[in-house]
Amino acid sequence: MASHAAAAPHTAGADAGHDDGHEHHHYTTTGLDNRKIAIWAFLGSECMLFASLISTYLIYKGKSLVGPFPHTEWVNEAGKRFEPILDIPVTSASTAVLLASSFAMVLALQAVQLKGKPIAATAGWWERIQRSSQFWLAATAFLGATFLGFQAYEFTSFVHEGLTIKTNLFGSTFFTLTGFHGAHVTVGVLWLMTLLWIDRTRGLGPKDELIVDICALYWHFVDVVWIVIFTLVYLIS
Amino acid sequence: MSHDAKHSAAHGAAHAHETHHPTGNQYLKIAIILTIITAIEVWAYYIPALVASPLFNPALIIMSALKFGIVVLFYMHIKFDHPLFRLLFTASLILALCTGTALMFLFKVF
Repeated sequence: MASHAAAAPHTAGADAGHDDGHEHHHYTTTGLDNRKIAIWAFLGSECMLFASLISTYLIYKGKSLVGPFPHTEWVNEAGKRFEPILDIPVTSASTAVLLASSFAMVLALQAVQLKGKPIAATAGWWERIQRSSQFWLAATAFLGATFLGFQAYEFTSFVHEGLTIKTNLFGSTFFTLTGFHGAHVTVGVLWLMTLLWIDRTRGLGPKDELIVDICALYWHFVDVVWIVIFTLVYLIS
Repeated sequence: MSHDAKHSAAHGAAHAHETHHPTGNQYLKIAIILTIITAIEVWAYYIPALVASPLFNPALIIMSALKFGIVVLFYMHIKFDHPLFRLLFTASLILALCTGTALMFLFKVF
């Protein structure tokens, strides 16, 4: 269990400490691993960052003097017509992909936790696939990369349709907000690929539960931020 | 109190908060619920009568908050983890929400 890893200092960190003859305690007087406290504190600070970016988007929403606009048509001085720029079907698909990646991530963590434990001979494919941490880590990274592909497509099509970061207030706040989110997803995908590489080379087991849990917390946070962005930016007009 | 005793007490306190996490099938059910809520949100977006309703935006925000809560509670295990993690995250979230709201008041969004 994730909380077990956080509460059990004699697992990953302490093992490493015993190997070189020194005790490196990662726990605090609360009995909790300081790395897990740190990731929650970090995610708290990330709440502040994204709240500021989302607030800025909402403050400038509807205040652009020139188009293209997110939800309404616009005709420029030359008579050129611009359709509403947001592509809801594409973004809905990318949202579903990111939600699916969160599901894959919890199963990756569960697979690491269950590694080495016996599985019933009668277990079906679903029970067996749940034990493959490599499969779920790869699936999460792949889905994350797919989300980034959707975002790259969206950004490119916006630029082709005449919306850049300096076109209007909508462009500035939209690209800043979703760009920061995309940068977080990129970091998450690199982190997942690193874990996958470790799993392939030396294997991840229950003693590594905490490092996977920390990555999972980051990944789910990126997902919940997108849940908010999808509603406030894309669906509410 | 000796170091070992302190360690043991702290360790025990942390274990007292440990409960069982959802199983793979429960995670699957949660994923299906999240997908259904998202599908309802997108479906509602394409119904002009619903979009014109004054309840449309609040309903979308409630559904978004519901999804946010489900992911944080079950996927991030905050429901099952130590209360300190819950405190760290919810306190920061409340502070962030208050800051965002204050900013919007400052810029006369409301």
